Amino acid sequence: MSGHDSKYFSTTKKGEIPELKEELNSQYKDKRKDAVKKVIAAMTVGKDVSSLFTDVVNCMQTENLELKKLVYLYLINYAKSQPDLAILAVNTFVKDSQDPNPLIRALAVRTMGCIRVDKITEYLCDPLQRCLKDDDPYVRKTAAICVAKLYDINAELVEDRGFLEALKDLISDNNPMVVANAVAALAEIQDSSVRPIFEITSHTLSKLLTALNECTEWGQVFILDSLSRYKAADAREAENIVERVTPRLQHANCAVVLSAVKIILLQMELITSTDVVRNLCKKMAPPLVTLLSAEPEIQYVALRNINLIVQKRPTILAHEIKVFFCKYNDPIYVKMEKLEIMIKLASDRNIDQVLLEFKEYATEVDVDFVRKAVRAIGRCAIKLERAAERCISVLLELIKIKVNYVVQEAIIVIKDIFRRYPNTYESIIATLCESLDTLDEPEAKASMIWIIGEYAERIDNADELLESFLETFPEEPALVQLQLLTATVKLFLKKPTEGPQQMIQAVLNNATVETDNPDLRDRAYIYWRLLSTDPEAAKDVVLAEKPVISDDSNQLDSSLLDELLANISTLSSVYHKPPESFVSRVKAAPRADDEEFADTAETGYSESPSQGVDGASPSSSAGTSSNVPVKQPAAGSPPPAAMPDLLGDLMGMDNAIVPVDEPAAPSGPPLPVLLPSTTGQGLQISAQLTRRDGQIYYDISFENGTQGVLDGFMIQFNKNTFGLAAGEALQVTPLQPGQSTRTLLQMTPFQNISPGAPNSLLQVAVKNNQQPVWYFNDKIPLHVFFGEDGKMERAGFLEAWKSLPDDNEFTKEFPGSIISSIDATVERLAASNVFFIAKRKNANMDVLYLSAKMPRGIPFLIEVTASVGVPGVKCAVKTPNREMVPLFFEAMEALTK
Amino acid sequence: MPVAASAIYFLNLRGDVLINRLYRDDVGGNMVDAFRMHIMQTKELGTCPVRQIGGCSFLYMRISNVYIVIVVSSNANVACAFKFVVEAVALFKSYFGGAFDEDAIRNNFVLIYELLDEIMDFGYPQNLSPEILKLYITQEGVRSPFSSKPSDKPVPNATLQVTGAVGWRREGLVYKKNEVFLDIVESVNLLMSSKGSVLRCDVTGKILMKCFLSGMPDLKLGLNDKIGLEKEAQLKSRPAKSGKTIELDDVTFHQCVNLTRFNSEKTVSFVPPDGEFELMKYRITEGVNLPFRVLPTIKELGRTRMEINVKVKSVFGAKMFALGVVVKVPVPKQTAKTSFQTTSGKAKYNASIDSLVWKIRKFPGQTEATMSAEVELISTMGEKKSWNRPPIQMEFQVPMFTASGLRVRFLKVWEKSGYNTVEWVRYITRAGSYEIRC
Repeated sequence: MSGHDSKYFSTTKKGEIPELKEELNSQYKDKRKDAVKKVIAAMTVGKDVSSLFTDVVNCMQTENLELKKLVYLYLINYAKSQPDLAILAVNTFVKDSQDPNPLIRALAVRTMGCIRVDKITEYLCDPLQRCLKDDDPYVRKTAAICVAKLYDINAELVEDRGFLEALKDLISDNNPMVVANAVAALAEIQDSSVRPIFEITSHTLSKLLTALNECTEWGQVFILDSLSRYKAADAREAENIVERVTPRLQHANCAVVLSAVKIILLQMELITSTDVVRNLCKKMAPPLVTLLSAEPEIQYVALRNINLIVQKRPTILAHEIKVFFCKYNDPIYVKMEKLEIMIKLASDRNIDQVLLEFKEYATEVDVDFVRKAVRAIGRCAIKLERAAERCISVLLELIKIKVNYVVQEAIIVIKDIFRRYPNTYESIIATLCESLDTLDEPEAKASMIWIIGEYAERIDNADELLESFLETFPEEPALVQLQLLTATVKLFLKKPTEGPQQMIQAVLNNATVETDNPDLRDRAYIYWRLLSTDPEAAKDVVLAEKPVISDDSNQLDSSLLDELLANISTLSSVYHKPPESFVSRVKAAPRADDEEFADTAETGYSESPSQGVDGASPSSSAGTSSNVPVKQPAAGSPPPAAMPDLLGDLMGMDNAIVPVDEPAAPSGPPLPVLLPSTTGQGLQISAQLTRRDGQIYYDISFENGTQGVLDGFMIQFNKNTFGLAAGEALQVTPLQPGQSTRTLLQMTPFQNISPGAPNSLLQVAVKNNQQPVWYFNDKIPLHVFFGEDGKMERAGFLEAWKSLPDDNEFTKEFPGSIISSIDATVERLAASNVFFIAKRKNANMDVLYLSAKMPRGIPFLIEVTASVGVPGVKCAVKTPNREMVPLFFEAMEALTK
Repeated sequence: MPVAASAIYFLNLRGDVLINRLYRDDVGGNMVDAFRMHIMQTKELGTCPVRQIGGCSFLYMRISNVYIVIVVSSNANVACAFKFVVEAVALFKSYFGGAFDEDAIRNNFVLIYELLDEIMDFGYPQNLSPEILKLYITQEGVRSPFSSKPSDKPVPNATLQVTGAVGWRREGLVYKKNEVFLDIVESVNLLMSSKGSVLRCDVTGKILMKCFLSGMPDLKLGLNDKIGLEKEAQLKSRPAKSGKTIELDDVTFHQCVNLTRFNSEKTVSFVPPDGEFELMKYRITEGVNLPFRVLPTIKELGRTRMEINVKVKSVFGAKMFALGVVVKVPVPKQTAKTSFQTTSGKAKYNASIDSLVWKIRKFPGQTEATMSAEVELISTMGEKKSWNRPPIQMEFQVPMFTASGLRVRFLKVWEKSGYNTVEWVRYITRAGSYEIRC
């Protein structure tokens, strides 16, 4: 009995809307009905058919139920955009709500509740009142939900009209489905209200437990979920509740089972009798296992929940580890979750079996899964002391397979095993060293280097091994460089012979003079200082005993765990996050995250020139020399210990420090705080680069929170990608305590350009006569360089686009960005000299073409794809200068937020 | 909050919207664009069925060539949402007569909209029983019984039945011949190590029922399960009968079964829906009779040749036989040439699944069959990468055999008119995931 509705999708002629209009007003019923179907079909594929509103509403007065439902469906979708016309439908709704046929009464109330137009809600109240007391349970159950809908639109109205009381009365209704829907509605209303509206008393409790036996599977879910908020008075009541709920574990519906498990776990907290608890644990295991034979998506939900349950009560599934063995055809997300649970359930009793499984998985195809399996072996070794040796032998077997990523992953976990059980398994180091050549991932390399350094005294050729790594020192990622540095120091302390001595000099030189990474440089200087002043102290520091680690990488904090367990079967339990962290009651576009800035502030010291560190190539042995270069600051008082050398860099530059004298006027929106007053001993500095009238300015403001007057402000910028430097003197009046001032400092680009890949870091130093020099990091937004002459004509754009090779095209998505209106976005972009050229529609997406131009004639050809109101913007760019692309995306992301 | 959905979308594989229904106002009208952009068009697709984008969560399932996407913005009940989708698809299938795919949806979109309006209200699932919905949502649309043109068959009390305590069966059914068909369908799942030891083995069974019974009958089902028998013996205070009893690990029941009564008396009693439904599901891990033993030997002779030998033994009763036996033996991707010898059935190489497929139409009990194959590989340049051997998989069905040993002892039917019923029982065992590592 299948239909042939597909024909309604096929009318895509040009004059579609007028044609439909005509058909909707046809005198023949069948033609009208077909026309409405076509309208709905058009609506489904995303065409705007709102202009037919009046014509469709005219078809509402019909006795054909199917047609009526279609018209109602149309109303739900378009009433909001045509509130004034929607009122036309009210009469029919009110009339329908008194129809002798209960199906039509219910339909009218159900639909009216979905039309979120204020004028209509006023008319909804009377029919709703009647329907809540209707003779027919079908109407009552629909009306119950409708109260929740109305509350969502106008909470006051619901309270004024006494609907809440009516709803509470429905809890005592003789029809279980009405009870279930009333409970659902009340629970929802309670969720959005701070006042107590729906409190379960022991009286309602017994009613709900009785209704539980009779209502549909979904009704059982509503009731169980609202019962999960009930706090039993004592152990006896808890036992009673559990007893009534336990039969639900046998239900075929997974949602009923999970909600029942939730209640049982919650009430178990109160139950004191260990026998009862043990018995309950026994009863919960089989239904949980059965969930694993459902659809994979449901399995996934079940597994995420089981993960929580075994953290709280490991005994429940302690004997069921076999059911979590992965099937070859399980989807990857099921396999990953099963693996996680297998680790949690692994014990001395079952570890042999588990290891065999892990070993099997480690030879599968999916690389992520294989890596996780190898890591799982390591975690079991750390968790189970008695099994550690077996785990290691499995890892060694895997290393022998010589599959590159397996070997690397194995080395990473072996490092952790060494830390967990020091001085136990070092005999395997020799085997590890055989695989040195295959290592190409930073984490694996770093782990291997750590092992070599830590056990340098037992590895005869440790110096040779390290040396082989040192050859590529400058090219290594920071992680590896840091490990190499530390490992070499360890080697030197353990074997202070000639070879290591030369190595350490080379490394320290590399890590101080040649590097751009301040973390590395800081560490190198500390070692250097330590080694030169007191080698014994160096030993105490570098070779100190490390605290023993344990496997808690995936353990949740107990209060969070309890909160998540109270949310079993909901999104919260799947994400393993508390509900408030991802649910916002207010409908709002995703917030722009400010973290980005903080990130750069922490890790962004990616470049600092090394000039000015004059003693950076020590001639004598670092071990004994006192020739460790620590630059004294040029300015008066000593700076805080953080970065003694940066100051040297900054102040050693050619540009003279600019004196400060005249005042400037503050203006514009608040600036981001770059130096908080807590760090600045009371001085707070906020600043931002801006572009005005074709000029780049540093918009900076100072706030004096100290006790005394601050004067003599000077500012200095470190070398940066764009060579931005102060183009004039900083002019700040002496600041009285509590006073603040804001000024615009003109900047000139291309003065002191730092080499290397472009980045947006701007390091700033500010000093005054009273305080030490302050350093802080700012970010250079690329768009301050966009010229006013960046507008391109269509033809020029197309030509430029074609002339650039496709390799120069880059795409990035900004999931956090949202375009709420094309015009506003275009305007905002134009204000930053990103000029609009053309736009087109592609399906439901808007595609904008824009252009911008950097000084020295570097154009950016931009394509922005997004749909209005939906978070997520896709940006494609073509430019001859590829190096700027990451910075460009950063700027675009900021501009579209 | 038991809300299951704020909006539901049906998309085809290209991402075109086939059906969209908004239930709540808390998600934007075109969230589906975000789904297309961040899930469908990326590698994310299929890596996790629950994803958060912006302030909304997307739960999605693929069913044949259709994606069903649920969007929520609150802390929704995920289990409820997925189960709703599963049940809704079953409902649609029963309306369309089997298939659920893009074409079926396009051809029935009006009906689907009507059903979606009925089975979920404001994000809360309502009654999804096909039995009851078919009373008042018919393909052509029902005319109001009070309208000027009364329809042919006015539906009495449709609404009472939707909400009634027996929400799955309508009243006033009459059959000339009262019959009940019981199908016990078992799937054996096996995971065997290459050394021949059983790593995991269980049976998931279901009892399918087809009822053609008049009135409002009360049914009671008796199985040879240990707990049920013991309870019965205890109630009748006589010793339990000897004979094979089995231990059910877990049972779940259709919503018609009285769970409270099952919990206290261990009897399966129920008022069945009319027509076909799944009465119960069970799982057994102890004492499973494996119908087949598979003994593979795979030898890699150098870098370009392999010898594969698979022996399959049937270990069920000699009078029984298995049908549709298929053994899939994986081979490396670079397989070039194969040659076979089989004692029964036919074997060939299927390159699209990189396996040797050996089919035996009828396999009698207590016999064995072997296949030996020689496989030549294309010698690949570069270093030898060890071939990870996927498991051998097997398909079969064995009629009149249950791997668990489950038997129906009785099925009692009570109805106030006291008619006689005829009961038919069938058993069949199929391969679930029957894997042998090699």
